[in-house]
Amino acid sequence: MILGIDVGGTHTDAVLIDNFKIRKKVKVPTDAHHLLNSLLQATTAILAEEDPAKLQRVVLSTTLSTNAIVQNKIKKVGMIIASGPGLPPALLPVPQNTCFIAGYVNHRGIIAADINKEEIKDAGAIMSKEGIDHLGIVGKFSTRNPEQELKITELLGSSFRHASLGHRMSGHLNFRRRIATTYLNSAIWDLYQRFVQDVLQFVHRQGINVPIYILKADGGTFDVAKSADYPVQTILSGPAASIMGVLSMAECNEDAIALDIGGTTTDMAIFADGVPLLESLGVTIEGHKTLIRGLRTRSIGLGGDSIVRCENGRLMIGPQREGPAAALGGPFPTPTDAMIVLNLTAIGARDKAVTALEPIARLLDKSVLETAQLIFDQACQKIVTAVRSFIEEINNQPVYTIHEMLEGRKISPRALYVVGGPAAAMAGPLGGYLACTPFIPEHSEVANAVGAALARTTAELTILADTERRLLTIGEEGIQIPIPSRFTAEEAIAVGRERLREKALAMGAKDEDLEIEVIENQEFNMVRDSYTAGKNIRVKVQVKPGLISGFTRGKTL
Amino acid sequence: MSEKRRKTGLIFFPAFDWAISPTHPEREERLLYTQDQVFEEGLLDFENIIEYKPGLATVGDINRIHICVPRAESVVTESHLISAGGAIRAAEKVMSKEVDNAFALVRPPGHHAMKVVHGARGFCNVNIEAIMVEYIRKHYGPKRIAIVDTDCHHGDGTQEIYWHDPNTLCISIHQDGRTLYPGSGFTDEFGGPNALGTTINVPLPPRTSDEGFLHVLEHVIMPILAEFKPDIVINSAGQDNHYTDPITNMRFSAQGYARLNERLAPDIAVLEGGYSIEKALPYVNVGIILAMAGLDYSAVREPDYNAEALRQSEQITHYIERTSSEVMMLWKKRRDMKKTVVGTNKYLKRKKQIYYDTDGISEQQEETVRVCDDCGGLVMIDSFADTGIRIFAVIIPGQSCPVCREEGEAIFDRLQKGKYRHLYFQDRDRDIYITK
Repeated sequence: MILGIDVGGTHTDAVLIDNFKIRKKVKVPTDAHHLLNSLLQATTAILAEEDPAKLQRVVLSTTLSTNAIVQNKIKKVGMIIASGPGLPPALLPVPQNTCFIAGYVNHRGIIAADINKEEIKDAGAIMSKEGIDHLGIVGKFSTRNPEQELKITELLGSSFRHASLGHRMSGHLNFRRRIATTYLNSAIWDLYQRFVQDVLQFVHRQGINVPIYILKADGGTFDVAKSADYPVQTILSGPAASIMGVLSMAECNEDAIALDIGGTTTDMAIFADGVPLLESLGVTIEGHKTLIRGLRTRSIGLGGDSIVRCENGRLMIGPQREGPAAALGGPFPTPTDAMIVLNLTAIGARDKAVTALEPIARLLDKSVLETAQLIFDQACQKIVTAVRSFIEEINNQPVYTIHEMLEGRKISPRALYVVGGPAAAMAGPLGGYLACTPFIPEHSEVANAVGAALARTTAELTILADTERRLLTIGEEGIQIPIPSRFTAEEAIAVGRERLREKALAMGAKDEDLEIEVIENQEFNMVRDSYTAGKNIRVKVQVKPGLISGFTRGKTL
Repeated sequence: MSEKRRKTGLIFFPAFDWAISPTHPEREERLLYTQDQVFEEGLLDFENIIEYKPGLATVGDINRIHICVPRAESVVTESHLISAGGAIRAAEKVMSKEVDNAFALVRPPGHHAMKVVHGARGFCNVNIEAIMVEYIRKHYGPKRIAIVDTDCHHGDGTQEIYWHDPNTLCISIHQDGRTLYPGSGFTDEFGGPNALGTTINVPLPPRTSDEGFLHVLEHVIMPILAEFKPDIVINSAGQDNHYTDPITNMRFSAQGYARLNERLAPDIAVLEGGYSIEKALPYVNVGIILAMAGLDYSAVREPDYNAEALRQSEQITHYIERTSSEVMMLWKKRRDMKKTVVGTNKYLKRKKQIYYDTDGISEQQEETVRVCDDCGGLVMIDSFADTGIRIFAVIIPGQSCPVCREEGEAIFDRLQKGKYRHLYFQDRDRDIYITK
């Protein structure tokens, strides 16, 4: 049995999956101030009359990290930054307590300016004096050579409770995002540590002795004990859970669109050949642009409860929401009311919906029925426009080789998966406009918990082999190993696969889920003074985001 | 510096799968470290810096300005269509006012490519700026355009293409032709009889540093631009004046490039040469992008930058001051020069020997222009390359007068193939291109 729990903003859902069938589902309201309580409540409810010994794994998705950031319940962090030449401090996303220090690593990972021990000790003293006990240590190009970040940590680490290091956050280049990511990681580290300890204690008290996983923003999981030092990986796991849920319910091996039409917003994601697309750099949270791998989603301010109004003879929908539909006692007419009037859904009081639409119908000089149809069509059209522009944006993503420019793969979805309240009413027309076959997955009300339960462990590695320097660097692992001058791209890929395998297994992956793929493979001749001095080999490998093995997509749960 | 942010379009196309040959300066690796630096600095995360995919230029775009022998398809590859397409995309975004300015960071370059193309010279097959300029005129009307070529090598291709065009101002600053390829670009190269003064050359001595470039900018380029009043300013942004460039001898720095772009404030910048791929390009490009976007570039520096060691000698400073005044004297007298140049001639001829160093082709060319007070003048070219191919081309200029047009059309009608392998007719106003 697998237990999947999603601690969401309003509800906490739990599902128990037995032999890939949903055995039980539970929904309890989330206590925003005591997330752990909601978790305990849902778990206790679903495991009542069950034998915990039969559990094979438990997967959690929680808004803990997201909420801490959104509500600014975070620790003061002192940032130590070796920025070198480039953008001035004013253009870097640094918090108040930041010390800029000497030191610079260039694009090839060569140290171009040394750090200064005295200066670093002074910076540490300043931080201590400010009462800071969490540090973020970040250098430019530190993923190309982590040496300076490690040295700074060696000098300061022992006097502080925690230090997050930039190169550990991601293998991608982007100094500003590295700063933001490292800062967030350090800022929520304390809170998350406590959460992990509480969770582990609780499950052990329950007699559960199986791996506990937590969901990441990319829709993959990792072992909760291993996650303790990387809490920032768990931000925005909510939308990821929902998309993984859709994926589990969809028999989807083609290009497809997933829509979650909620009360306030509609969230969308795209699958390419059945695999959810990831943000190219990282997710954004509360204006912090990070390097955290995350599912590529878009959100528009249009949902079943969006306010409908008429301004200067023009019908306007959203983006505000002021409570539920009028038919359900809400203060304003909404698209849901229109659907009720059109008999597309059987909820609420139809007469209230009619009354709510009447003033708009008068302003438009149309019947209530015509007005309802207009509202419904316009709501569909808004979603369609947003989906189209999202797909266009993905298809217009810059590419850097002639091959990709000429042969570049274009996404053209054939299937549309819709979850959320208005799904049944809207899926048909939306599918029509988008020329996709519409599907409404079963159990979509607990899609998040199901998605979490069935998600596999994912990981990524970035390998840079510089045969002139005879050095192979895996930035996010802090690894630099010597290589021979005749080292090849094939060998780099082999090293990458092996190291990724080790990493993923350590994160809690099962051997059978290690679907490793090469997502970048470039090799450049480095020519100096007209002679080939070496090769610059760049490889990225990942465990493909997806569902645990043994589970067949689209199989009825 | 005071920040005034501008919306900047960036068309980045490093063509990571294209090289002239594996060890050629124009190879896959060229923009690799620039990409690293641009990505690491996180420039694309700024709201006012927007990346666009290049388009693909068409054969029609090339035929609007070039006479390709035997035809465009045979002298260009996809890489050229994309790099010209990148420049065109930059222009589109600026002309449609989607952005305030744009930088096409694309390769391969184009400023050594001339009107007639028998092959590649100076790493260039087709002139990506000229293709872009004619695209702008075709789609957005007859604009007055200034091209400021800051590549270390004389922009001889662009100069040759616009030699007779009074509506296109070509200013090139470069290392003195006596010391560097292509060996031209002296102050007396000043434009054809119908376009005197719309070609300006400022040769600079080797070891000129930031100070010298900025002197020319303030005392030559800016005053001439102020008088010419272009609708659009284009920077042909070569980056080989850098003090670390392996094939030139100048001492320009990333700071200098950034200041130049801030002051010049081009509407569109297009990358040209620049082959110090590790030590210069990453920093120069970050500097240019920040300057165009109106972001603070004052902390952009090469890690090994040493202002003292790069300072130019006083002798160089004086030499540049003299050259600048000489150019300005010529500029001021430009309107009075026509009589002397033309005399009583109705047509003027010039003979050119063009060497395509990249492809090893030699061309003998005779160009005839009709002396005209109403337009750039009808141009006829008789070109003979050592590939054995001889061609003749009739070119009706943009914004042509009726006389030049009628005469050109009549000449092409009468033209017999005879000793010529191909005959070409190019009409820029009507966007017509005929071969026979």
